[in-house]
Amino acid sequence: MKYILMMNTMRAGHGVPEWVKKDLQTHIAFMMGLNKELRESGELISAEGLSFPDQAKLVRAGKNGAPITDGVFPESKEFLAGYWIVDVDSAERAYTIAAKASAAPGPGGAPLNMPIEVRPIMSGPPPEML
Amino acid sequence: MTPWDMTSEHLLRGLAPQVLGAVARRFRDFSSAEDAVQEAMIAAFTQWPQEGVPENPRGWLIQVASRRMTDHMRSEIARRERETAVAAETENVASLLEIEADMDPDDTLILLFMCCHPALSPSSAIALTLRAVGGLTTAEIANAFLVPEATMAQRISRAKQTIKTSGVPFRLPPRHERTGRLPAVLHVLYLIFSEGYTSSIGSHLQRFDLACEAIRLTRNAKTLLPDNPEVAGLLALMLLTDARRAARTGPHEELIPLDKQDRRLWDRSEISEGIELLTAALSKGSVGLYQLQAAIAAVHDEAESVEDTDWPQILALYELLKRVAPSPIVTLNLAIAAAMVHGPAKGLELLRALDRDPRIAGHYRLDAVRAHFFEKMGDHDAAIKHYRIAAARTTSIPERNYLMTQAARLAGD
Repeated sequence: MKYILMMNTMRAGHGVPEWVKKDLQTHIAFMMGLNKELRESGELISAEGLSFPDQAKLVRAGKNGAPITDGVFPESKEFLAGYWIVDVDSAERAYTIAAKASAAPGPGGAPLNMPIEVRPIMSGPPPEML
Repeated sequence: MTPWDMTSEHLLRGLAPQVLGAVARRFRDFSSAEDAVQEAMIAAFTQWPQEGVPENPRGWLIQVASRRMTDHMRSEIARRERETAVAAETENVASLLEIEADMDPDDTLILLFMCCHPALSPSSAIALTLRAVGGLTTAEIANAFLVPEATMAQRISRAKQTIKTSGVPFRLPPRHERTGRLPAVLHVLYLIFSEGYTSSIGSHLQRFDLACEAIRLTRNAKTLLPDNPEVAGLLALMLLTDARRAARTGPHEELIPLDKQDRRLWDRSEISEGIELLTAALSKGSVGLYQLQAAIAAVHDEAESVEDTDWPQILALYELLKRVAPSPIVTLNLAIAAAMVHGPAKGLELLRALDRDPRIAGHYRLDAVRAHFFEKMGDHDAAIKHYRIAAARTTSIPERNYLMTQAARLAGD
């Protein structure tokens, strides 16, 4: 069963977080370690970090389908910072991984406890329906 | 050399577990032997279609795999020498004849029991079984499950690590243990079939046909365990289900439920083979869950239409299944059969018990079936409500489309 784990940052600012070097290094090492662990367990389908929100554009189709781009609405408080797609044996396992990611170290090494949205990825119909 | 044709791939895949058995026994290292045989399989898949199938295909595979094993051992020894400067071990290069003499007719069965060991998680057991017993390449398995090849390779290597650490021996479980271990083997084969049957819908048509592979492996298991009625029951269940494959999707890949399928599209030869297998299995007297499910599938397959279906018999079979292998899904199906025999009110009554069962309460299937019952009773508002709840809860896109369409049909324009 595949799940997407979406990491939302609650930060109000749009740029690079202004942490001290040591905290940043700890955070980056933690994330790389988590990805390595998921690769080694044979559960990782993909993991991507997204650019900072100031790079984001909202796009709508205009006349003739031509793109109309707009900056991100300033009132947005949450941004998708990155995501993992994992293939796991149970929903509980997906929640465990999400909790681990949520507790990534932040300033002073304290767990960030970020909200991670976990959703099943749609698949084919279960065989008993066929 | 004989030219590569349609049967060659089957031949090659069938040889994989035999070759692995011999190489693993000779070199006393299952994990490395499994890697070596995989490399030999890839070499065969690359070379045989162009150069033809060698005179002694098994010998060819053993030779390539043993060469890989020898290379692997040499580099291991060299590594250890660098690290500890110990004296070189005597090289254990066996002749082809010696290795071939080591083959055991039970090797495929040994591997099946080993790869479907209860110590492994279902996904690892499936991956390892497909590679070690099925002779599939890692790329094919990854493609079938839509995961990256590196992820699948890692899953297989973890599975082998688990086998190693839990000390599963490379031999057939003793006779008294075999009966206890068989359900795990059949379950893995059934999961491979289900995955294949599920994934052949929609946009995934280019994927490796796991349903066919599961049928091939189960056929193989049936040859190795000819007297076990549950192995035959599982094979019958697969054939009787697979027979409906062509009828279960419409021109736009939309899901067509059993009661709306064009039964002329069902595969008659699969149905008759399934029924024949089932009849023989049932005569042996020990009825298990696969035989019962196959019997239910057979009743459906033999009916000209939904109306002609022998629903009292299906209901009786579900009653039996509930006793042999109780589960909320069985109760749910029993409710459907009861509704066909005694009317939808009876079905709704049976569903109420499931609302209190945490294993299924809140599951979309419960709402989907309930919606269907309400529709039959003429309560369209309740039916629409439950079709929509089910649509919101399912994790299958074809099914969500189907359920939303049912709600829309009743709601009108």
